[in-house]
Amino acid sequence: MYQILRKVKLAENIYLMDIHAPRVAHSAHPGQFVIVRATKEGERIPLTISDFDTERGSVQIVVQTLGVSTLKLCEIAEGECIEDFAGPLGRPSDFVYENVEDLKAKRLLFIAGGVGTAPVYPQVKWLHEHGVEADVIIGAKTKELLILTDEMRSVASNLYIATDDGSEGFKGMVTGCLKELVEVQGKHYDTVITIGPMIMMKFVALTTKELGIPTIASLNSLMVDGTGMCGACRVSVGGKTKFTCVDGPEFDAHEVDFDEAMRRSGQYRTEEQRRLERYKDHKCRIGLDK
Amino acid sequence: MANIISRTPVREQEPATRAANFEEVCYGFNLEEAQREASRCLHCRNPRCVKACPVGIQIPNFIAAIAEGDLQMAANIIAEDSLLPSICGRVCPQESQCEGSCIVGIKNEPVAIGKLERFVGDWQLENGTAEKAVIEPNGKKVAVVGSGPAGLACAADLAKWGYEVTVFEALHRLGGVLSYGIPEFRLPKERIVEREIAKVERLGVKFEKNIIVGRTLTIDSLLDEEGFAAVFIGSGAGLPKFMGIEGENLNGVFSANEFLTRINLMGAYAPERFDTPVRRGEKVAVVGGGNVAMDAVRSAKRLGADAYIIYRRSEAELPARVEEVHHAKEEGVQFAMLTNPVAVVGDEKGWVRALRCVRMELGEPDESGRRSPVVVEGSEFELECDTVIMALGTSPNPLIASTTEGLERNRRGCLVASEEGATTREGVFAGGDAVTGAATVILAMGAGRKAAKAIHDYIRSTVDRQPTKSK
Ligand SMILES: Cc1cc2nc3c(=O)[nH]c(=O)nc-3n(C[C@H](O)[C@H](O)[C@H](O)COP(=O)(O)OP(=O)(O)OC[C@H]3O[C@@H](n4cnc5c(N)ncnc54)[C@H](O)[C@@H]3O)c2cc1C
Ligand SMILES: Cc1cc2nc3c(=O)[nH]c(=O)nc-3n(C[C@H](O)[C@H](O)[C@H](O)COP(=O)(O)OP(=O)(O)OC[C@H]3O[C@@H](n4cnc5c(N)ncnc54)[C@H](O)[C@@H]3O)c2cc1C
Ligand code: FES
Repeated sequence: MYQILRKVKLAENIYLMDIHAPRVAHSAHPGQFVIVRATKEGERIPLTISDFDTERGSVQIVVQTLGVSTLKLCEIAEGECIEDFAGPLGRPSDFVYENVEDLKAKRLLFIAGGVGTAPVYPQVKWLHEHGVEADVIIGAKTKELLILTDEMRSVASNLYIATDDGSEGFKGMVTGCLKELVEVQGKHYDTVITIGPMIMMKFVALTTKELGIPTIASLNSLMVDGTGMCGACRVSVGGKTKFTCVDGPEFDAHEVDFDEAMRRSGQYRTEEQRRLERYKDHKCRIGLDK
Repeated sequence: MANIISRTPVREQEPATRAANFEEVCYGFNLEEAQREASRCLHCRNPRCVKACPVGIQIPNFIAAIAEGDLQMAANIIAEDSLLPSICGRVCPQESQCEGSCIVGIKNEPVAIGKLERFVGDWQLENGTAEKAVIEPNGKKVAVVGSGPAGLACAADLAKWGYEVTVFEALHRLGGVLSYGIPEFRLPKERIVEREIAKVERLGVKFEKNIIVGRTLTIDSLLDEEGFAAVFIGSGAGLPKFMGIEGENLNGVFSANEFLTRINLMGAYAPERFDTPVRRGEKVAVVGGGNVAMDAVRSAKRLGADAYIIYRRSEAELPARVEEVHHAKEEGVQFAMLTNPVAVVGDEKGWVRALRCVRMELGEPDESGRRSPVVVEGSEFELECDTVIMALGTSPNPLIASTTEGLERNRRGCLVASEEGATTREGVFAGGDAVTGAATVILAMGAGRKAAKAIHDYIRSTVDRQPTKSK
């Protein structure tokens, strides 16, 4: 059992949690993820490690409630325990292995969308601590859904915000913001790293291809075990089948078949919606819903 | 060989009923049936069954004890050579091992050795002691990676000899394939697997779940930082193979591992209790002919599908246990033999619509002695289906070898180890599917026990060289 040491509501439907898991904290690197099972009956769901504290033995996750499993996880109170917490899984971000001096010479841009902001934060923080500069674009539908902006501002060289409705920062999508930076403001970037909804990453990849900027995407495929034994997470990268959980989660965004990846992510959608309705209905009837 | 009575029939769930539930198919013998069956054993002076048993269980002796009604004695005799009788009695390929060599089987049906072993194993789970074993600790620590039959067997023996053993398991449940692969209807989890594991726990073995060796910690950190004197790797062969044909990433195509893991490990067959979904296809094609394929096809059947086995050789070559093939047929699974898929065909939304196949015929025997199938020209056809499950075999996960210096692998990705289980790295031992590639429960258990012995010898031989580390 793994105790929730701290739980903070970051935005509507988005929660940050510090989980007591000393072994995971000890081995974690930026870019990796954990598999979490909230309850004994629960699903194994992948969540990115958004920060970790070796001394305290804690690992931070940021969760957006989408379906039954994320809802159940977010219903567990601070001080209580979650059933299973396994990791760190996947390959660390490539930059962890790169020479810091080489990194310093590069202009890096992170493009985060929605809950994807959470995993971007530790990466930018890691780079900041190693003296490497990075710009960040955070995108959200509207101002209220923005998360971790203060934290991000403290580690990013430049933070740009894009909201679809223009309630804060640039009005429009992250891709619009990116084009503005490069084409209008004349900024130059050597690498773009993007994490967020699959559809956003697809369009970021199309835009950076046009702009000729190498791009890395962190994929959030469906998973079961997260250790390479089932193939639920397979994606096509450069025409070859890869397992996101062991070969990724980060891939060359220009090589990823995003249409296939999105289609595969929806394989259980009908079933998931049905379960969500049933769960909400059940909570209503037993009066748990406020 | 006069007057041998016929083999005692074993009670089973009716095929029509069981094809719609996940409860165990076979009820097993009661005492009366077991004793009747035991009376069929000829007690050969030179028992061929014992030689054919991968772990050399003293079969005629335990059968004699059943005949005398001394079940504790029977259990003790089996326990000398096997740790998991109630499991092996259910899943061993008896027809090619003990029962395949039984003299009675020459003119008659062989003695039902598997069912008798199961009977004794189950009796012991019901009636055996539930107390913690009292063992004098020897102060040495050994780490075991993986809680499948190889890891469990190795851990149990070492614990009996006084070692402080910790088993590290990647998943949230113990048992390896016994828990995530083989379905409930063949091997009940709570009633059998969990109780067999509890026996190992009572020996004082500690279990740490959710630990992925190679990620959460490494073989080196176990040896250098956590004070383990030796490590046993029983990490199995969990990586699924795909065919590499067109359309394999369409929605509705799964590895058998994914399908079975969702059902067994995650409980997806009971949606009212568990949150993990599984695809319930209307027409499901399972590609392959081994135990894994049979488990997948029978699970699909139980979830309500019209279920097909697609196998490129003929029925005689099916590598699955005979009993499973027989049960699958009774349950209404259809067998398309000498058929090989060449592509998965999708609809406009990217879901499986059909499996494109060719017919095969048997040609010359290959190295394995099996006649290799060759394509019949112009025989291509489409089998309509909405789900395809690939059960083509598995290979070892490279994670541990790739994160451990000096641990060699062969071309098939299996760990290189001696007959006793010593790997190319000092203090590191291995056995089971991780070394052999996908094999059987009994071989994995046997390898775990051999390695336990080798670890015991190794630690005793290094005791003078190394001061006892403690933590
Ligand atoms: C490597 C990796 C890292 C991840 N990191 C995070 C993280 O840090 N924080 C976080 O909140 N989530 C993260 N996710 C996504 C998270 O695992 C899913 O949101 C979660 O499994 C949904 O479970 P559920 O039962 O609540 O919803 P479900 O019932 O499974 O889904 C509800 C709805 O959301 C859709 N959906 C589910 N998963 C995805 C997905 N991966 N992409 C697009 N749509 C999806 C479903 O199709 C459905 O319509 C990550 C995924 C991966 C693979
Ligand atoms: C569906 C199916 C049906 C089968 N039917 C039969 C049958 O009827 N009869 C028969 O004899 N055999 C059968 N087999 C084969 C048999 O189950 C295996 O040969 C046997 O389980 C191998 O045992 P093992 O201990 O070597 O590995 P496994 O049982 O595979 O156990 C390995 C364990 O190690 C864990 N692990 C892996 N990597 C790591 C890591 N890095 N860190 C920590 N833990 C790790 C895994 O999660 C797993 O729990 C079947 C197999 C399958 C898949
Ligand atoms: S999640 Fe099972 S192989 Fe990647």
